[in-house]
Amino acid sequence: MADSQLAQQRATPAPQTLRPRFSWLTDRWLAISFITPTMAILLFITIFPLVWSLYLSFTDWSVIRDAGTVPEWVGTANYVDLLTNRRTWERFIVTGQFVLPAVTIELLLGFATAMLLNRPFRGRGGIMTLMLIPMMLSPVVVALFWRFMMQGEGVINYYIVNLLGQEPVLWLTDRSIVIWSLVLVDVWMWTPFMMLISLAGLSAVPKYLYEAAAVDRAGAWFRFRHITLPMVTPLLLIAVIFRTMDAYKLFDQAFVLLGNRGGPGRAGQTAALWVYEEAFTNWNTGSASALGYIMLIVIIALANLFVRALNASKGAD
Amino acid sequence: MMAGTQRQSLLQRIGFWLALGLVFFFFMFPLYWITVSSIKTRAEVISRVPTYIPFVQFEPTLENYASVLIGGSIQSETGVRASADLSAFRDRLINSIIIAGTSTLLAVGLGTLTAYAVSRFRIPAENDVMFFILSTRMLPPVVVLIPIFLLFSDLKLNNSYPGIILLYTTFNLPFVVWMMKGFFDEIPVEYEEAAMIDGYSRLEAIWKIVIPEAIPAMAATAVFSAIVAWNEFVLANLLNRDYAATVPPWLNSIIGVGAVEWGRLAAASVVFVIPIVVFTFLVRNHLLRGVTFGAVRR
Repeated sequence: MADSQLAQQRATPAPQTLRPRFSWLTDRWLAISFITPTMAILLFITIFPLVWSLYLSFTDWSVIRDAGTVPEWVGTANYVDLLTNRRTWERFIVTGQFVLPAVTIELLLGFATAMLLNRPFRGRGGIMTLMLIPMMLSPVVVALFWRFMMQGEGVINYYIVNLLGQEPVLWLTDRSIVIWSLVLVDVWMWTPFMMLISLAGLSAVPKYLYEAAAVDRAGAWFRFRHITLPMVTPLLLIAVIFRTMDAYKLFDQAFVLLGNRGGPGRAGQTAALWVYEEAFTNWNTGSASALGYIMLIVIIALANLFVRALNASKGAD
Repeated sequence: MMAGTQRQSLLQRIGFWLALGLVFFFFMFPLYWITVSSIKTRAEVISRVPTYIPFVQFEPTLENYASVLIGGSIQSETGVRASADLSAFRDRLINSIIIAGTSTLLAVGLGTLTAYAVSRFRIPAENDVMFFILSTRMLPPVVVLIPIFLLFSDLKLNNSYPGIILLYTTFNLPFVVWMMKGFFDEIPVEYEEAAMIDGYSRLEAIWKIVIPEAIPAMAATAVFSAIVAWNEFVLANLLNRDYAATVPPWLNSIIGVGAVEWGRLAAASVVFVIPIVVFTFLVRNHLLRGVTFGAVRR
C-alpha cells in the first residue's frame, strides 16, 4: 500500500499546478526550428552556388568579358575540351606527384613518431603538444616560414653549402624541385596529424595481447606485424583518406610558396591552383566551373571511400 | 613497443632520445627560427651566417614588433611604401579578431542546436542529413569560389564584415554539428528526462540542464572553429582585400612585394600565431576529436 502510494507520488510532476513555460513548443517544432537555420545557410551558401556553378560549366560565360549578358549554352563543350586537353592531365599529374609522396611520408613518419611517443617518459605531454602545433597553424603562415628558410640565401641553403659542401638548392625556382618543396612543407605541417591518429590507434591496442605474446616469447617484429599493425590499420586508413582528400585540394601553401602559376613552368601548379587561375586570372568562368566539377567528382569518389572506411571501422569496434 | 614494462638497455635509451630529438628538431626548428628572426635587426636578419642565441650571438631588438603593432612611424632604411603597408597589420589583426570571433559564436550557437536536435529527436533520414552536412565541408573551396564570388558581387557582400562572417559561419557549421552531436550522444538522456518529469518543458531542460553540461564541449568546439576562421586564406584573399581584410591575405600580399622585410613579417606572424599556440594547449585533450570531426573519440 505504502509502496504504491510512493510510486504514484514519484510519477506525478512536482509543480503540477503550473504549466511549464514553453510547453507549447513540442519536440516536433523544436526539431524543426533547431535544424532549419543550419540547413538554410548550408543550402544558400554551398548548394545554391554549386548548382549555379554546374549551370555555368555548360556555358562559355566570363564574369569580366560577358558581364551583364546571358550566359551562352555550349553543352558539354567545356568538359570535352578539358578532358582532351593535355594541360588538364598535366595539372592532375602534378597533383598526384604531390599527393602520393606527401601522404606516404606523412603516414610513415607520423606512425614512426607515434611508436616513439607510445611509452611513458618525462615531458611526454608537453613534447607531444608542441609537435602538434604545425597542423594548427594557418597554411599561409606555414608557407611564409618555409619561404623564409628556402630562399636562395636562406638558412637551409647556408647549411647545404657550408656543412654539406653542396650547391645551394633552388627550392622555389627550380622546376624539378618545386614539387618536392611542396611535399616537404606539407610533411612538416601534416605529419603531426598522422602522429596523433596513430597514437590513438596504438594506445587502444589492449595490453593483454602483448602480454600473451610475451608469454609465447614472440619477437618484436612478430608483435608488430601480428598485433600492432592489424589493430591500428582501420584508424590509419581513415587518416590516410582524410589526408589524401585534403592534400588533393592543396591550394594555400602552393599559392603563397610558388604563386598562382605554381612556380616556374607551372611545375608546381596543382589542380586547385589551376581552377583559380582559370577563374580569376584568365576569367574563363564557364571553363573554370567545369574544371571545378571534374575536381569535385574525384573528391566525391574519395569521400565515398572515406565513409566506407569509417563505417567498416565502426563495425569492427 | 610498450617498453614501459620492460627494462631498457642504455643503448636503447640513447637511441630513443636521439630519434625523438631528431623529430622534435624537425618540427620545432621553423617555429624557433621565425621567433628568433623576429627579434633581430634588419642587418642581422639578412646576414648570411645564421645566429640563434639572443644576447650571446646578437643583440635582440623589439623594433619589428613596435613597427607592426604601433605603426610605420619607426624609420629604417626601408622605403615609405613598405612601412605604410606594414602599418596595416594592426587593422588586419583587429579584423581577424572580429570576424573569427563573431563567426565562431554564430556557428557554435546554430550548430549546437542542430546537433541537439539530431542527437535527441527522431529525424527522418537522420544519417542522410548528417552526411549532407558533412559533405558541404568536403568540397574543395575553389569549386564554390566562383559562384560565391558572383553571388557576393551581386549582393554587394564582398569587402564587408557580414559577408565573410556568413561564409566562415557556413564553413564551420558542419564541423560544429558533427562535434557536438558526438558530445550530446555521450550525455545521458536521463538528465533531461528527469528534469522534464520534474516539470520542466523541453526547452527549459535544454537551457538549464543540457547546455551547462555541454559547455566544456562547446568551448573546445568553439576553439577549433575559431582557429579555422582565424587561419582561412582562399575566401578572404578573393573577397576581402581591403576593408574587412584579415591577416592571412595581408601576410601573403606583403610577401608578394619585391624586397621582403623578413624581420617585420616574422614579428607579425609571431603575433598572429601566439593565440593559436595558446589555444592548442587549451584543447590538447580534444585535439584528436577536433581534427577528425569527432569521428575518432578515443
